[in-house]
Amino acid sequence: MKKYYKLVDLDCANCAAKMETNIKKIKGVKDASVSFMAQKLMLDADDNDFDNIVKEVIRVCHKVEPDCEIVIN
Amino acid sequence: MTKKQKKMLKRIILSLCLFAAINFVKTSVTVLRILYLIVYLIISYDVIKMSFINIKNKEPFDETLLMTIATVGAFLSGEYAEGTAVMLFYQIGELFQSIAVERSRKSISSLMDIRPDYAWLEKDGELIKTDPYEIKKGDIIVVKPGEKIPLDGKVIKGESVINTSALTGESVPQNVSIGSSVISGCVNISGLIHINVEKEFSESTVSKILELVENSSVKKAKAENFITKFARVYTPAVVLCAVVLAIIPPIFLGNFSQWVSRALIFLVVSCPCAIVISVPLTFFGGIGSASKRGILVKGGNYIDAMANVDTIVFDKTGTITEGIFKVNTIKSIDCTEEELIKTAAEAEAFVEHPISKALRDKYGKKIDLNLITDTKNITGMGVEAKINGNIINAGNSKYIKTLGVKPQTTENGSTAVHVCKNKKYMGYILISDSIKPNAEKTIKELKNSGVNHTAMLTGDSAENAVAVAQKVGIDEVHYGLLPKDKVDFTEKYMAKKPVDKKLAFVGDGINDAPVLSMADIGIAMGGLGSDAAIEAADIVIMDDNISKIPEVIKIAKKTINIAKQNIIFAISIKIIVLVLSAFGLSNMWEAVFADVGVSVIAILNACRMIRK
Repeated sequence: MKKYYKLVDLDCANCAAKMETNIKKIKGVKDASVSFMAQKLMLDADDNDFDNIVKEVIRVCHKVEPDCEIVIN
Repeated sequence: MTKKQKKMLKRIILSLCLFAAINFVKTSVTVLRILYLIVYLIISYDVIKMSFINIKNKEPFDETLLMTIATVGAFLSGEYAEGTAVMLFYQIGELFQSIAVERSRKSISSLMDIRPDYAWLEKDGELIKTDPYEIKKGDIIVVKPGEKIPLDGKVIKGESVINTSALTGESVPQNVSIGSSVISGCVNISGLIHINVEKEFSESTVSKILELVENSSVKKAKAENFITKFARVYTPAVVLCAVVLAIIPPIFLGNFSQWVSRALIFLVVSCPCAIVISVPLTFFGGIGSASKRGILVKGGNYIDAMANVDTIVFDKTGTITEGIFKVNTIKSIDCTEEELIKTAAEAEAFVEHPISKALRDKYGKKIDLNLITDTKNITGMGVEAKINGNIINAGNSKYIKTLGVKPQTTENGSTAVHVCKNKKYMGYILISDSIKPNAEKTIKELKNSGVNHTAMLTGDSAENAVAVAQKVGIDEVHYGLLPKDKVDFTEKYMAKKPVDKKLAFVGDGINDAPVLSMADIGIAMGGLGSDAAIEAADIVIMDDNISKIPEVIKIAKKTINIAKQNIIFAISIKIIVLVLSAFGLSNMWEAVFADVGVSVIAILNACRMIRK
């Protein structure tokens, strides 16, 4: 399943790159891309475990930039 | 400015004032140092905090670490004013960056200023201002003159002129009246119209386009991925060099503190921020300025590809030609003209092809669908239908020959539909489609902008196809093709082009989805209102203006150029200053310029892409 999320307060381009690298390392993630300019995250991951993967993604992003929020709706 | 940026600006102004004030204070060195330290902490606490977070995450190497080490190092070696100033300039640079990024985000969203804020919902004769998200399918909405049409639907009352320029970049007013379909994002110009909503907001054209544009920068160009990787290698490498510079030379040459201060300059110069931010900004601007012209590019990678396009393969109908077919000759043999056109229209009653539509339009009367049983559509050939018990075949000459009937030869430049009744020849109908007025000029422009091969693929007859290709100046033409042949030919062209070059296929997105997705770049024309085209293509041209293709190539080339300029400029300035500082020929101030100054210039350069 491929989903797009909005990122709020993603302030640094380098952090976006780090998030992307770290999200790609999460088990079950097929592809991920973080656009600093559009403040968006594309996540392509296993359907079965999607909710858990999203939780892990949120954790990883917080670790890189604590102020950054992922909008889940 | 956002709240955060305003807060940052206040911090910078406060620190600048304090920094200047310290120069006038006459006091002991210790007090002076404490004062500098206070200013330093005011301006740098978030940078230091971030560098600690990175260390905790075991990913310490980025600009915050470089700045922290460099400034703390400056303090330790007694250069209090320099240490504070470097951090101040760094923060000014950062603020400038963040404002530039915010601005370009805003200017791009205003380019795509098509999101409707409200809809007038008609309920019990009253108009209620409603959020477009809350409107349901089947609701009746009213659009006043001057307002945006918020949702896709059909006009049920009133008439007006609407403007599609926000979507297509081209201001061509369109008349609408009862029964016309209208698309969200267009502006209603003259009259009050009532619309029966056919799609909910999330499914409407506006939402789809906005989503596409917003998501496009997620697909990154090569240059963008390059700088991400570059930054990952570069920062640790520079830190290592700085450490080496601080330790090794003094072992042989002595003067430890001098080498440490050179190493610190090294760190200040080395921040990769200028490139890390300016390259994505350029691509973002490129995609934005294309969307302003009604060209939706689905990712930075397609900007890359478009700048390297070498071969363009065109579909004919609707791409090179208008795609509007008209019957111009009816030649009946052994029956009346009326009978011939009626039979042809009935046989093609269920076929959704422009040619079939032209036949039905020409016949003009209502077709009794009950009479037609058993229709079979033979793609790229024709149809067979059972009407009133008779077997009717209608199609091209190739098809008629397979039935063992000899069709009459027809003149060039038109498409012929031959009709047989129970395998007996009834005659033919000629249908023609005019070439788009700017097709010839466009092909010339494409050739001037580095496209070496052009080809046209069509299901149409040889004479017709060759005539069109010659008229517009397309190099190669393949005719009489079935959809799968188009795939085969495109594959051949893909194999033939130089490895580092790209192939684009241009079609209307209706019948050519497989080819669109197979080509390096699939370009769909006339995307407005066609979900299939928007879905299948990599680049969508909202109207059917073929001259937008050389325009995208121009935008793509300019984007790549600016990105390259920035990469080369930033890296070379930094290398020069790095070398100078290694030999002790540059000071902290030059280092700050090499960092902040280069960032500012690179960002301003990138902004050129957005203005246009």
